[in-house]
Amino acid sequence: MIDKKHIGMDLGTMTVDVERGRLRFFAKAIGQTDPVYTDLDAAQAAGHPDLPVPPTFFFSLELESRDGFGYLETMGVDLRQLLHGEQRFTYHRVAHAGERLTLHTRITDITSKKGGAMELITRATTVTDENGELVAESRGLMVVRNPEVSA
Amino acid sequence: MSTSSRDVAVGTELPPLELEKINRATLALFAGGSGDHNPIHIDIDNARSAGYDDVFAQGMLSMAYLGRLITNWVPQERVREYGVRFTAITPLFAQPTCTGTVVSLATVDGEQRATIELLVTLADGTVTLRGDAVVALD
Repeated sequence: MIDKKHIGMDLGTMTVDVERGRLRFFAKAIGQTDPVYTDLDAAQAAGHPDLPVPPTFFFSLELESRDGFGYLETMGVDLRQLLHGEQRFTYHRVAHAGERLTLHTRITDITSKKGGAMELITRATTVTDENGELVAESRGLMVVRNPEVSA
Repeated sequence: MSTSSRDVAVGTELPPLELEKINRATLALFAGGSGDHNPIHIDIDNARSAGYDDVFAQGMLSMAYLGRLITNWVPQERVREYGVRFTAITPLFAQPTCTGTVVSLATVDGEQRATIELLVTLADGTVTLRGDAVVALD
């Protein structure tokens, strides 16, 4: 069982530079065909100062900013038993390549279901820009299966 | 396709997004591109040691596909909120289709907004993601 003492755990504040090359690689990996996400001219023609950060890429920035799934290992979670349960983003504005963003993540809840056969970890992240303005918020629910526990 | 508030009503369907079949290269590319290096999605030995028959797709890959459905319909600066529940694993060789339907309209902060109900469905009918997004119209 995951120790409930980790509720409220502050995973810290990390600063990441959004790189055009990373955004193009992400676009390729998701089969993106809209040139706004890969071609600077197309992005600028659509009113963007640079390539836009696509809606789910903040999750990738989270992984980059806190050494991947290291926090789960700290909690003793076997990564092989991890499933993503839910993910939600709230957007305050579009972010772009060339920006330096600051991500601050906390563990906001840990609960168990089915007599401990499933444990749920809720994680909340704020994304702010260099002026300290909120760009986006991300909230994720990770599910840890404990197959040795029979429900 | 117009997304002006004049042309959007409850029941309006977004143009569906049909994806290619997911193969091992898709998963390897997304592992690198997304920064999710969990080997369960790219290393069959790791997947088998956890009791799976084979590797399976990253949930965030399907969420990114659904994101494409949304931004194909409205420019991204109009997306206010986007969330999903992952309801089933996406196995190798599955072929996902993303669909969305407007379920409500409201005026919030002086702008007309539509709430879209979102689904990712595999060719065999399995629903792998259920989600919703709120977008500004006009």
